[in-house]
Amino acid sequence: MALSGRANVHAPSRAGLLIGRLARSREATLAGVVIVLAMLVWLEAPNFLSSTNLISVTSLTAIIAIAAVGEALVIITKNIDLSVESTMGLVAFVVAEALKGQNLPVPAAWALGLGLGLALGMANGVVITVFRVPSIVATLGTLSIYRGLTYWVANGQEITISDLPTGYTDPASQTFFGVPLFVILAIAVVIVAGVVLRYTVLGRQVYAVGSNAEAAATVGVRARSTIFLVFALSGMLAGVAGVLWGIEFGQLYASSASGESLAVIAAVVVGGVSIAGGSGTVVGAAIGALFLGLINNALVVLNLPQEWLQVIYGAVILLAVATDALVQMRAQRAKARSRMR
Amino acid sequence: MFHRLPRAAAGMALVLVLAGCSSSATPSPAAPTTTAMSGSVVMIPKQINNPYFDVAFKGAQSAATALGGTLTQVGPSAADATQQIPFIQTATTQGAKAIIVSADDANAIAPALKAAMSAGIKVVGYDSSPAVGAYNVFVNQADTAGIGKGLADMACDEAPSCTGEIAVLSAAQTATNQNAWIAAMQTTLAGSKYAGLKFDGVYYGNDDPTISTQQTQAMLAAHPNLKVIIAPTTVGIVAAAQVVTSQNLIGKVFVTGLGTPMGMQAFVKSGVSPEFALWNVTDLGYLAYAVAVDLVTGQIQGNPGDTFTVPSLNGGQPYTIGADSVVVLGPPFVFNSSNIDQYVASFGF
Amino acid sequence: MTEDPRPAGGPDALQPSPKVSVAAGGHSGSAMSRLLGSLAGAARLELFLVVILAFLIWWGIQLSRFFLTGPNFGFSIQAVMEISIMALAMTPIIITGEIDLSVESMVGLSSCVLGWLWASGVPLEAAIPIVLMVGVAGGLFNGVIVTRWGLPSLVVTLATYALFRGLGHVVLGSTVVSNFPAGFTNFGFGYVPGMFVPWTLLVFLLLALVTVAIVHWTWIGRQVFAAGKNKDAARYSGVRVGALKTALFAVSGLVAAFAGIILTSRTSTASPDNGLNMTLAVVTIVVLGGVDINGGKGTVPGVILAVFILATLKSALTQAGVSTDYQNVAIGLLLIVSVITPQLARLARGLLDRIRLGRSRSAPHSAPGDVIR
Repeated sequence: MALSGRANVHAPSRAGLLIGRLARSREATLAGVVIVLAMLVWLEAPNFLSSTNLISVTSLTAIIAIAAVGEALVIITKNIDLSVESTMGLVAFVVAEALKGQNLPVPAAWALGLGLGLALGMANGVVITVFRVPSIVATLGTLSIYRGLTYWVANGQEITISDLPTGYTDPASQTFFGVPLFVILAIAVVIVAGVVLRYTVLGRQVYAVGSNAEAAATVGVRARSTIFLVFALSGMLAGVAGVLWGIEFGQLYASSASGESLAVIAAVVVGGVSIAGGSGTVVGAAIGALFLGLINNALVVLNLPQEWLQVIYGAVILLAVATDALVQMRAQRAKARSRMR
Repeated sequence: MFHRLPRAAAGMALVLVLAGCSSSATPSPAAPTTTAMSGSVVMIPKQINNPYFDVAFKGAQSAATALGGTLTQVGPSAADATQQIPFIQTATTQGAKAIIVSADDANAIAPALKAAMSAGIKVVGYDSSPAVGAYNVFVNQADTAGIGKGLADMACDEAPSCTGEIAVLSAAQTATNQNAWIAAMQTTLAGSKYAGLKFDGVYYGNDDPTISTQQTQAMLAAHPNLKVIIAPTTVGIVAAAQVVTSQNLIGKVFVTGLGTPMGMQAFVKSGVSPEFALWNVTDLGYLAYAVAVDLVTGQIQGNPGDTFTVPSLNGGQPYTIGADSVVVLGPPFVFNSSNIDQYVASFGF
Repeated sequence: MTEDPRPAGGPDALQPSPKVSVAAGGHSGSAMSRLLGSLAGAARLELFLVVILAFLIWWGIQLSRFFLTGPNFGFSIQAVMEISIMALAMTPIIITGEIDLSVESMVGLSSCVLGWLWASGVPLEAAIPIVLMVGVAGGLFNGVIVTRWGLPSLVVTLATYALFRGLGHVVLGSTVVSNFPAGFTNFGFGYVPGMFVPWTLLVFLLLALVTVAIVHWTWIGRQVFAAGKNKDAARYSGVRVGALKTALFAVSGLVAAFAGIILTSRTSTASPDNGLNMTLAVVTIVVLGGVDINGGKGTVPGVILAVFILATLKSALTQAGVSTDYQNVAIGLLLIVSVITPQLARLARGLLDRIRLGRSRSAPHSAPGDVIR
């Protein structure tokens, strides 16, 4: 946040600087929009902010947010992962299937879910870094392959609540000091990922690879291992999302989580992560997920005609990305101007 | 998932409209019973790997064992009519004797079915009707008015003193099946017995668990005094019941509609859904196959007025083909705490 | 001229930003040898695709004796015609380094507009041109936002993918229109009298010819490749990159609208859900055909071969009774294998070279796309 080159007669106060920083922060703006939107909807439908509604809505959103954190890591390195929905679905179903026999303890199920997600992510990573297949093509392929695996495992069966251990779906509605459990988990994931991205070497490598891989290579950053790691992590987080999916819905089909890749990628993009790589934060991705989840709920609560749901979704994505570009253009122009002085 | 039957029942609607028109039919002297056949029969459900259709397939398989012929099931993985077309065409070129099909879209597959019929193949619709003229006989699981009344009655039963706000969670907005049932339900609700029920509107869950969940959550937020959620879709009813459970609304909000025994067993026991309905899906498959055999062997022509019996169904009573060559399986089944366990065991889904 | 179609390879992050092309075989010197080199490179890829096609045909024959029959050919090819013409329009877009994810939603929107017009009593002769114009308008919308505002096409078309689908719902609501006249249905579902050639195949072949001509034999095609290889260099050489890309998006919208009309005709149903899941199939065909997803390389004949490969694969599997989810697995595997194989071939060649030259690394052996470490 470089200050402009113009000589300031009055140096801005600390508070002023902070507000300025916040105003230019993508994430803060988005958070502000979320709050304003929630207020507006609450005025129309007071039940919108009731604890039960908020808990339900944020539980589902938390799942998408966790997957979005993984996707954000991938997109920052200038790649994309289209297969996240199939990873979620496969993990969700396999874990539920394993629990069905009632002889697998829940922690073991979690380990299975994370492990499977990690493996699926690493498979993506191998195809992309070892075989040098562009990520959009590779994950296009694994999108179908992983989904096919789910159909094969399912073999025509669906898993219902009665198949799962009693009380398995309770955590979806439990709260800890009023905050839903899922939300706490999502926040924890975001904090860990955010810290890694901002303060560790790996994090810097991720941004470096995304913004300029050649330059990164000249200072010794190994792009391929970074990318492999990022896809492995993304797969693991998708696995977490898959396990949570099973807890949230309790009912699993071979087609579970179909279509969620769009929601995850949209959340990441709306959250300020540039598709061109090299910028963006996981906090933004999580807020993006919250924003889109809120819109979904608000549209129905406000009784708006259902046909407009997709239109608004598309318009929101466009708006979010357009404002990004606008802000960037202005920042570049300001930089150019200050350089010319 | 199933009953994401968007535009299919143009046939269904037509059935209702033309129900008034009677066709002259001379009663056959004796209702023919099914005799054996040989040859291949291809079953094409709306969607493969769907438990509902797999149970119907099992029913058809037992019919095949009893009545002869080789049965295979093929189909698309998504409930997409354009994906059903290649399977119909392949069955035609491979010389099947009969095709049993549940249409993802009544009209989209009609040209392919008509081509099959001109090649001499018998077409039997089940669960979701192809367009009139694109099948020889359509086996309907239950009649629309009956389902509509059943939904209204179950809502009345679950709302305390048949009073309170009710809302519907449906499938896709274009699902002609569900729309027909909802319309029939609302006709019933106009009666004086239901005067205490206030209708809050229809929400669409698209037969998608996520969307159904989100719609239920929004429905509850928009109508805090809601008493009964009616979900005539097996995906929607489970999602609604799950939301009611996780929001700790058991005893305050009730769920009913059309569901599968296994999916709803826990919710019947917990009191979220004291009653819900379906029909005997195994028998649906059995009947569809038996009709196919009868058509192939020439026992029936598929004309309104034809009668036939199927030994293990309907208590041995003959079925009569009605207007538009539709034959109805029977009345819907109501599940509650007294019979749910036994039916989970016997229905198997 | 045909460009070197070998995929540049490497994860996206390893692409140096200015893309410099090296003609196949690294020939410097006369244009003729460069041309021959490019043709050789192209021929290598198409040969590979032909081999795959031949194998699939052989496999299909093993699976079912009905495979190589007229009717099977007819409806198998008919089933992929909508996505095939969209793949033709998508090819130049991807060569310029962009992408259009919204095509399937334009199929849905155009189907809805057609249905709505028809249901309102507008004759088809008037309705169809209107629908085509809607397609152009949608494509222009994409193009202008991408070029004027500089937003990435992946995101813009992701947004319009939702937007157009939603507009389709708004236009048609919860109704479905299906009472189209038989003549109209015959176009999408019918065959040339006496042969097992669907009408839509003729349409596809015509469009394919036009696309091959424009992309490979005209100045427009040269500009497309130039813009894909190095946007800035192209602009400095006088190529109006913005106008070119906008035009390509407009054409893509037009073709998607036309595909929507064909689909509506084939299923004689106008519905907002028409076209669902088509985008991935279209992109699959283009990539399978050897077009580099990062832009700058590809051939239209490769895409045409890919169309037939996809139709053959689906036909063989359907004859074998395989359900579509497993068919999709096969397609996904084929996609990855087809992209990996040229890589493996290159790796193998590189290994052979190194063995032949011994371990002496006199000159660093760098190929396009390698990052110097």
